[in-house]
Amino acid sequence: MNAHLVRTAAEGRRHGPRARLRATARSEWVKLWSVRSAPAVLGATAVVIVLGALVLCSGYRSGWASMSASERAAFDPASTSLRGIEPAQLFVGALGVLAVTGEYGTGLIRTTLAATPQRAQVLVVKGLVLGAVVWAVTTASSFGAFALGQHLLTGPVPHAELEDPGVLRAVLGGGLYLTLIALFGTALGALSRSTPLGLAALFGVLLVLPLMVGLLPSGLADGILPYLPGEAGSQVWHVMPPSPHSLGPWQGFSLFALDVVVSAGAVLTLTRKRDV
Amino acid sequence: MIEARGLTKRYGRQTAVSGLDFRVEPGRVTGFLGPNGAGKSTTMRMILGLDLPSSGSVTVNGRRYRGMVWPLHEIGALLDARAVHPGRSAYNHLHSLAAANGIPRDRVDVVLEQVGLAAVARKRVGGFSLGMSQRLGIAGALLGDPGILLFDEPVNGLDPDGILWIRTLMRSLAAEGRTVLVSSHLMSETALTADHLLVIGEGRLLADMPLDELIARDATDRVEVRAVDHHRLAGELRTLGGEVTLRPDGTLLVVGVESAAIGELAAARGHVLHQLRDVTSSLEEAYFRLTEGSVVYRAPVPA
Repeated sequence: MNAHLVRTAAEGRRHGPRARLRATARSEWVKLWSVRSAPAVLGATAVVIVLGALVLCSGYRSGWASMSASERAAFDPASTSLRGIEPAQLFVGALGVLAVTGEYGTGLIRTTLAATPQRAQVLVVKGLVLGAVVWAVTTASSFGAFALGQHLLTGPVPHAELEDPGVLRAVLGGGLYLTLIALFGTALGALSRSTPLGLAALFGVLLVLPLMVGLLPSGLADGILPYLPGEAGSQVWHVMPPSPHSLGPWQGFSLFALDVVVSAGAVLTLTRKRDV
Repeated sequence: MIEARGLTKRYGRQTAVSGLDFRVEPGRVTGFLGPNGAGKSTTMRMILGLDLPSSGSVTVNGRRYRGMVWPLHEIGALLDARAVHPGRSAYNHLHSLAAANGIPRDRVDVVLEQVGLAAVARKRVGGFSLGMSQRLGIAGALLGDPGILLFDEPVNGLDPDGILWIRTLMRSLAAEGRTVLVSSHLMSETALTADHLLVIGEGRLLADMPLDELIARDATDRVEVRAVDHHRLAGELRTLGGEVTLRPDGTLLVVGVESAAIGELAAARGHVLHQLRDVTSSLEEAYFRLTEGSVVYRAPVPA
């Protein structure tokens, strides 16, 4: 019988935990690319990162003469060309939130989890598939922004080469930081299961929290600010520390990675018991 | 086969489903009948491992759903037709589901053809009517060619053609030896498709029996009589051994005296009759009697 043939043909693909993992990854891959939002947001992210280099680096040519000696000494040509990352993080973070909350909002999550009852696997693989794509796009964009930015920094303005100490790490760090932001958004989306709540949490942590800490007495603010997720994670794409209190690049990045791991752990613990 | 044992679900202090014991057997259509809010959808979500039972258990082919690795090959479900991403095409929606269970991609075309959506396969589902969405949901349930099928209110939003189509589909799936569980709050629709019934009300199992048996169990022949002097007629019928109920509108409901005998009596005693009618029991009545005490959302009856 026809149905029987279909069954035996498919049987070969369905053996062992690795086959299960591959099937989940393939399903999430199809889902990611079959709606317009992901390609659109990823495209916008690439544009913002490169555009940031164009806007910021072309401004320095005229402004350099009026800068003080200390400002010139603190000038970081590599991270200046990468500062498009700051707006871009909102894009990839929102993409992470929506990757999960979009399924909860429509109820599609029930179909997804009925097809793959291994809930933890579904969420982890969803994050990893999105993370891999975000990493590829933002790493390429960071290199593009760096190349464009250094090309624009001419004349008296110093520019950086990839061979300079810390520069390659900073450019690669741009993609790594944005990948973690996307994963962080995915975790917040899975915790909140709601688009407005997830976005509020993400923007709250990345934008509002540093502002509120900034309102504290400066001694206190300097002690807290470097440890906030966005602030700590951002050190990895800077060559020169933006402030004397900043954590080291890998130190800060590891702390942010820990934040992401803890929130992912919370998701996996809760997901086992929660009804969908 | 689906088997529930003492299946119970509580949300806070509210009990949605209470101590359900049942088996859904292959080779027949089992109707899952109950008023809105009776616990049908909650039960279906527990079958699919989406909601965890507060106590008791439910198994699919002897195993808990959460432990199944490739479930779509054993059980397919339509829960909520609108539970799709509006921006995704019908084809891609099914493709992602097929990929998740190692189902070959050509099955997607087969099921789209089967439910009559082949022509709109590449269209975004956001533009689908409710009826088209129901068909897409059914396509998803059929994707893995499973032996068990679960449909939650599948005829909602379907036009008469669509209703006939799904009725035929469910019957043929059962005839192929599959297990088919279909929930509905429409007893008339269920009477046309189901062989066996599970009736629930307020989360409790009220009946678990073949359709014919449920109707037969309730089949008491009654006669409805409207007479000008209904008080006198009622008295006379009672002396004949009839059990007579007087309705507020003046209609007499008689059990135990046949309509022919009532007509003869009326003629002999000079009654003027406006109506004399046999009332046969239907599933609808049996269902109402079963769920009478357990309708959760009931509109207040105007005084």
